[in-house]
Amino acid sequence: MIPAPEHLVILPIVLPLVAGALLLFFNDQERVLKATITIGTAVALLIVAILLLRIAHADGRPGGGRVVVYLLGNWPPPFAIVLVLDRLAAMMLALTAVLAIPALVFSIVRWQKAGPNYHTLFLFLLMGLNGSFLTGDLFNLFVFFEVMLAASYGLVLHSSGSLRVRAGLHYIAINLAASLLFLIGVAMIYGVTGTLNMADLALRIPKVAPESMMMLEAGAGILGIAFLIKAGMWPLSFWLPTTYTAAPAPVAAIMAIMSKVGVYVILRLSLLFFTKETVSFGFGTNVLLLGGILTITFGAIGVLASQSLGRLAGFSVLVSSGTLLASLGLFEVGVTAGALLYLVSSTIAISAFFLLIELVERGQDQFANVLAVTVEAFGEGEEDEDVEEEVGVTIPGTLAILGISFGACALLLAGLPPLPGFVAKFIIIDASFNHGALGDTATIPSAAWWLATFLVLSGLASLISMSRAGIRTFWAPVDVVIPRVQLMEIIPIGVLLALTLAVTVQAGPIMRFMQATADNLHDPRIYIESVVDAPRAVPRGREGTR
Amino acid sequence: MELVLSLGIGVLVASGVWLLLRPRTYQVIIGLSLLGYAVNLFIFSMGRLKSNAAPVVPGAEVDPSTFADPIPQALVLTAIVIGFATTALFLVVLLAARGFTGTDHVDGREPER
Repeated sequence: MIPAPEHLVILPIVLPLVAGALLLFFNDQERVLKATITIGTAVALLIVAILLLRIAHADGRPGGGRVVVYLLGNWPPPFAIVLVLDRLAAMMLALTAVLAIPALVFSIVRWQKAGPNYHTLFLFLLMGLNGSFLTGDLFNLFVFFEVMLAASYGLVLHSSGSLRVRAGLHYIAINLAASLLFLIGVAMIYGVTGTLNMADLALRIPKVAPESMMMLEAGAGILGIAFLIKAGMWPLSFWLPTTYTAAPAPVAAIMAIMSKVGVYVILRLSLLFFTKETVSFGFGTNVLLLGGILTITFGAIGVLASQSLGRLAGFSVLVSSGTLLASLGLFEVGVTAGALLYLVSSTIAISAFFLLIELVERGQDQFANVLAVTVEAFGEGEEDEDVEEEVGVTIPGTLAILGISFGACALLLAGLPPLPGFVAKFIIIDASFNHGALGDTATIPSAAWWLATFLVLSGLASLISMSRAGIRTFWAPVDVVIPRVQLMEIIPIGVLLALTLAVTVQAGPIMRFMQATADNLHDPRIYIESVVDAPRAVPRGREGTR
Repeated sequence: MELVLSLGIGVLVASGVWLLLRPRTYQVIIGLSLLGYAVNLFIFSMGRLKSNAAPVVPGAEVDPSTFADPIPQALVLTAIVIGFATTALFLVVLLAARGFTGTDHVDGREPER
């Protein structure tokens, strides 16, 4: 069906790059054209991602899976840079495209008019994200991270304003410092092993002399800190809620996956570098577990204390990151599979929630939000009976639709059935208790108890705070102002939430895919062998520009 | 040479970290630049220190330890370019923040005295 699947691998990077550069030639006034090209590119990315997903998963056996390697300069693999596609990378590409389309459709109505070059920056952000997922080289990962971050700086500052610039200043400063740590870590790993190719590193790390191991671990630790800053692990996360709250809604919706990039890289590298053959097997898992649990705690407290919906969503990002990090820290195949499902469902949920907040908050003044929390603490004051007249045209039933979407987000974030947040948490807890073979009566590790406790408690915190916010917003507003919402803004949210419902309905096949992905990650032989033995193209091959 | 280089990196990092923690945006950006220089030197040193060694190996039958490692040099070039671009971008945000808040404090307002 597909003539050259290898060339599909480069498309997720080239498409947004070319489209984004093309858009620079048009005046910002031609918004219809720009939006059409951008959404068209995002749809094309989704199609490519689905094709790649089918290629990577073509061999449905649990231990199988196909790894496509793309040699950019047609050099034999340990040299030059490569792109590697496996199940995890394909899944992340698909998730990125799934989040990008609704965010772009949402921004047609309002946000694309708020500042210059919105679409170009958005496409470059997609390019950076896709590149980070596909690259098989540490330094190339740095380059794609910088592309992604540079675009995100622009997007966070999109439409300007004092709050955004202040939040953006902190965001940029902390990420520049993190990039320097990234470079130090990469340099130390190179200094010890003499290679930057991830698969080659996996082969060489077991052979590193014991006296150099400390240097390597220090390098890996510094590199890890750079990613944990992106993922938002406590205490590296204070920048995150403010930045996500300050960012425009569709940008925050796509940035929901940016915090997951850090998690993705940690998942990939820690399982690839510190395999069973190395002396440092399981390096850093305790840090991940403990840090993850602390992040869940910090996030849950933040969720409870949030006085505005935006901050609530920002802290939900932290809860989601913490859950993922702690699950990875358990270092079990089954838990990793559950964590992957959680990654998908929570990212979609948070993305939808950011879009929804923007619509809901149109109907209320900021003062009411602050009041909502303080009123609970100090008791109800005298209710104001003034009812304002409705202004403007509203879609009938807007509040009902918004309310139902809000309820769905609450179920997803708190992890209640029937939406996949529940399924994912259930699988994580189930797998952490039943590690090993079925019927194995080994004792349950204390880490599993801790994780389960904090998962359930964080769900409770989300539920309490979401119901409080929901009641205040939809059931008991003092003055009802129905927000003016256009169809183009409500449909993306509906699509995202419908997707999560589809994930629940199709939980069986999806979970088999996640299980296969986790198996591949915990036993990366196929990945390493495919990269090292990648066949070179015929000499007249035209691929590779860099 | 090792001592001079490590002292140089150490002094740059120390000044960079100190400036990064200062409350004025201009100090932060200079601190980030100094840290950037230190990191670039550090990457360079990871290719081992050699003087007067060619980076390109002419044939197959040579002893690689007599040649300089070209990869860190390439990495440093990339890192310099990216660092320069992001610093320039940060400078723009710094000016915007100054314009919006009327102060060069990183939090956008002067601490109460």
